[in-house]
Amino acid sequence: MPRTVRDVVFVDGVRTPFGKAGPKGIYHETRADDLVVKAIRELLRRNPDLDPKKIDEVAIAATTQIGDQGLTLGRTAGILAGLPQSVPGYSIDRMCAGALTAVTAVAGGVAFGAYDVALAGGVEHMGRHPMGEGVDPNPRFVSEKLVDESALFMGMTAENLHDRYPTITKLRADEYAVRSQEKAAKAYADGKIQQDLVPVSVRNTNEAAGETGWGLVTTDEPMRPGTTLENLAGLKTPFRPHGRVTAGNAAGLNDGATAAIIASEDFARENNLPVKMRLVSYSFAGVEPEVMGYGPIPATEKALAQAGLTIDDIGLFEVNEAFAVQVLAFLEHYGIADDDARVNQYGGAIAFGHPLASSGVRLMTQLARQFEEQPHVRYGLTTMCVGFGMGATVVWENPHFTSEGDSK
Amino acid sequence: MSTTTELLKGAAELFPDEVVTQAHVRHLDLPFGAGRFALVTLDNGLDHTKPTTFGPQSLANLNAAIDQLEQEAAAGSIVGAGITGKPFIFAVGADLKGVELLKKHDEALAIGKGGHDVFKRLSALAVPTFAYYNGAAMGGGVEVGLHCSYRTVSKAIPAFSLPEVFLGLVPGWGGCALLPNLIGADRAVSVIIENSLNQNKQLRGKQVLDLGIADALFEGADFLEQSLLWTAGVLKGTTEVVRAEIDRGEGWDAAVARGRAIADSKVHGAAPAAYRALEIIEAAKDGDLQKGFDAEDTALADLIMGGELRSGIYAFNLVQKRAKRPAGAPDKSLARPVTKVGVVGAGLMASQLALLFLRRLEVPVVLTDIDQERVDKGVGYVHAEIEKLLGKGRINQDKANRLTALVTGVLDKAEGFADADFIIEAVFEEMSVKQKVFAEVEAVAPAHAILATNTSSLSVSEMASKLQHPERVVGFHFFNPVAILPLLEIVRGEQTDDASLATAFGVARKLKKTAVLTKDAPAFVVNRILTRFMGEIQNVIDEGTPVATAEKAIEPLGLPMSPLVLLELVGPAIGLHVSETLNRSFPERFTVSPNLKRVVEAGKRGFYVYSAENGFKPELDPEVAALLVQGDSVLTEEQVRDRVLDAVAQEIGLMLEEGVVAEAQDIDLCLITGAGWPFHLGGVTPYLDREGVSERVNGKKFLAPGLASVPV
Repeated sequence: MPRTVRDVVFVDGVRTPFGKAGPKGIYHETRADDLVVKAIRELLRRNPDLDPKKIDEVAIAATTQIGDQGLTLGRTAGILAGLPQSVPGYSIDRMCAGALTAVTAVAGGVAFGAYDVALAGGVEHMGRHPMGEGVDPNPRFVSEKLVDESALFMGMTAENLHDRYPTITKLRADEYAVRSQEKAAKAYADGKIQQDLVPVSVRNTNEAAGETGWGLVTTDEPMRPGTTLENLAGLKTPFRPHGRVTAGNAAGLNDGATAAIIASEDFARENNLPVKMRLVSYSFAGVEPEVMGYGPIPATEKALAQAGLTIDDIGLFEVNEAFAVQVLAFLEHYGIADDDARVNQYGGAIAFGHPLASSGVRLMTQLARQFEEQPHVRYGLTTMCVGFGMGATVVWENPHFTSEGDSK
Repeated sequence: MSTTTELLKGAAELFPDEVVTQAHVRHLDLPFGAGRFALVTLDNGLDHTKPTTFGPQSLANLNAAIDQLEQEAAAGSIVGAGITGKPFIFAVGADLKGVELLKKHDEALAIGKGGHDVFKRLSALAVPTFAYYNGAAMGGGVEVGLHCSYRTVSKAIPAFSLPEVFLGLVPGWGGCALLPNLIGADRAVSVIIENSLNQNKQLRGKQVLDLGIADALFEGADFLEQSLLWTAGVLKGTTEVVRAEIDRGEGWDAAVARGRAIADSKVHGAAPAAYRALEIIEAAKDGDLQKGFDAEDTALADLIMGGELRSGIYAFNLVQKRAKRPAGAPDKSLARPVTKVGVVGAGLMASQLALLFLRRLEVPVVLTDIDQERVDKGVGYVHAEIEKLLGKGRINQDKANRLTALVTGVLDKAEGFADADFIIEAVFEEMSVKQKVFAEVEAVAPAHAILATNTSSLSVSEMASKLQHPERVVGFHFFNPVAILPLLEIVRGEQTDDASLATAFGVARKLKKTAVLTKDAPAFVVNRILTRFMGEIQNVIDEGTPVATAEKAIEPLGLPMSPLVLLELVGPAIGLHVSETLNRSFPERFTVSPNLKRVVEAGKRGFYVYSAENGFKPELDPEVAALLVQGDSVLTEEQVRDRVLDAVAQEIGLMLEEGVVAEAQDIDLCLITGAGWPFHLGGVTPYLDREGVSERVNGKKFLAPGLASVPV
């Protein structure tokens, strides 16, 4: 049977505001599945032309798939969100690249013709499910030296990446972090971020965590506008004595959820849905687990090669800031300046937070907004590093692109 | 007049065991830059199985929260204030336990006034106020929201009502005065009077919106978020709130008249609450809210100090609490599993029982009878009822298939009952027939199987006496209509063992019946009392009192129907049969009316005829009138009432002496759930106590002071 690969588009994406994990965090008493539900419902409210009955799949990622992140979230969150029972769903896990993988998995299905439209997203409630909760690594990893012992501790892998790139100093990482906070604060001031946030009602019964009762979360909790180099200089380096990685130049431990609509371009047009980005290529790559943060480089190489593009064709970058060093390694590899204006224009995870499996869609949502504002840019990419030594990259085309401007 | 704080402090001292609701104030930024907002969360700190209530300390907490809102509103630091509840619960009104403790009129007045004083401050704030009915809202919970400027309601709320009149109160924290002014008198009458007297019917979210009580409806999944977004729209002026015009003319008067007609048809003037509520609704027509609030205070205090409310709360506690923990039932752990049910007989009663067991237990149910035709008819009845449920959408096709496959009929008891765990007989009401049936069943049923009888008047012990294992026989007496009346009298025979009894209670629980343990005494509880009651009415008629006088004498009790209409429902022949049975046991108190005998022999189905010309009101059938042979002793209504109530009080006194049930409360629970006797009588013993009948007849009251009366 002859088949035609179909163009896949990013229709829309939303997220909950991100919170700080822990007993004083805004979401401490909020269930992870409820965060997903609120994101899905907001997505449907914003796109009334999407008939929920037509949704062919719901793919929701979470790293720790137990408790309120277990029970096949894609299915259960769909039912909780009020989707018709005829809409199926599943759970997905690629740690930090969970939501990104949810997008590429359903995108593959759309391109193949299995789906017309699907929801993809992710959640991580690191307060309710701390990293490593319930894990049981096979002892062979260590006994057979399959991976270095530091591979399981993301902060240590970041220190290892500093070793690989000796020119990336703690100062450069801190400078990068300060800029991320500055850019995020500016993006907030300019109203770039709020438009894709879904307000979440939160309950607090713990007086130590502030006012009790029901409240409403409308902004990201982790942000630290006004952060200075001096603030960061004195922070501890918990992963290595006299190391370089601190809480200030890395993303924190966070809670949050994201969701996006992925469709075939034809379906989107026929149903009057917005087309915010067009998928060009995507790729995943593996690297030594102990330098996990190197992953975006080979993943991007592969994705660009598939698309027949070079790094110079990319006009906007959304690089997940798990650690400043990992962004800097990526930039150094491609010879891009630390403060290049194309990179993370609205700031990144160092400011907003990084609830592991949810972050991929945040990158896409922010890239989509930048595409809208910058029709002279034709291509952009979203990329992130992934635990246990992986990288993930998606290359996108700007549907608003007009050749009148700069071709980038 | 003391301040609100002092008033509530005094009230709180009277109620040290209050489960206290906190009023948490939390601030948030509304979406769309609509400003800083204060949201009050009502929360008693317990999970949703312990709903939030308003006792005096709870009101004081809300009052303190409103102090804060008032300051912030006056200072301009908030643009609005809202109020909502903990998950699944908004608030379910006044704490009835606190109401029960009130001993004096001025204490009762303080509760009403205390609530008003706090709630009405919400409407006096310098900023708009919003109530978000996120979950169950009843009584004072609904009312606190009525004092706000705007309301939203969740589609997911399980219950929303003003149940005060049902209990014997009025919605007295603003409900009577505010609701008609918000949604019109007619709709207010529906909520306050009609629903309340219709077994406390609850509203769903959509109805709360459609009635105009709420201004917006949102789904449960993100109810609070959407409510706050809506709030932002209202405050910014982008969302317009439109409310229906209300009829302040003839429509208002007609609504009040309709309310009176509903009250008359339900309580026949016997309980004051509905009428007091209607007076306030009537007076609310001019929109003078403070006058309405004052009237509510007075009505509340009067009712709290009156017997009907105490009876109502007592009755409510019986059906809510005692019904769930039957007095005298053996430990649950002794119960054996029931995985298959046998029904002996396939007549109408047996078929109804088969249907009930099938629907609630969802295990195989086998009907047997003496010929194939009857068996087929019985199974056919159950199948047809399943089809009806399917047609009404009460069950889906899969469930219908499942239930249809589970019910079978066989002629051969050995085939049907060999693996049954619970076998109930509903054959002809005669001892020899029942003994024979049980002997046949015992021969083929497993050794552990329970043998239950639906007898209404025969001795369970005697029925079991000829069996090898009489310890597994229990009485399982249902009330017609089986699907509607909750009562199940579980009769312990002389030899019934604890495991059988525990199994019977376990089955009753699964059947969702209110099980009451009774001794194996003639006619058990409800039929004995009703037969004595009816017998005394028959007696006064036979002695010469006109039928109409005898019937009218009972009206002030507010029973669901008059004695002779009830007789018609039961069937005069059955009524006669039961009176003959009891006459054999207690000839000195239970008579057999010669007039009733004549009516039955004449083949009449009742004393009354109904015609369209007379609006289907009961009229004495001239043929029945011609049959009656009456004496010449004519009593007044009051004399009739005294005779009848004395007889009832005497019989109940004797039943308690005999140990038919554990306590008077069980008698009342039986009368409420098996005979539909009203809450405002508390069944009947609270009424007999407060009317002085108990002391006149038995020299003492049935109930300890305070149980269904104002504590001393």
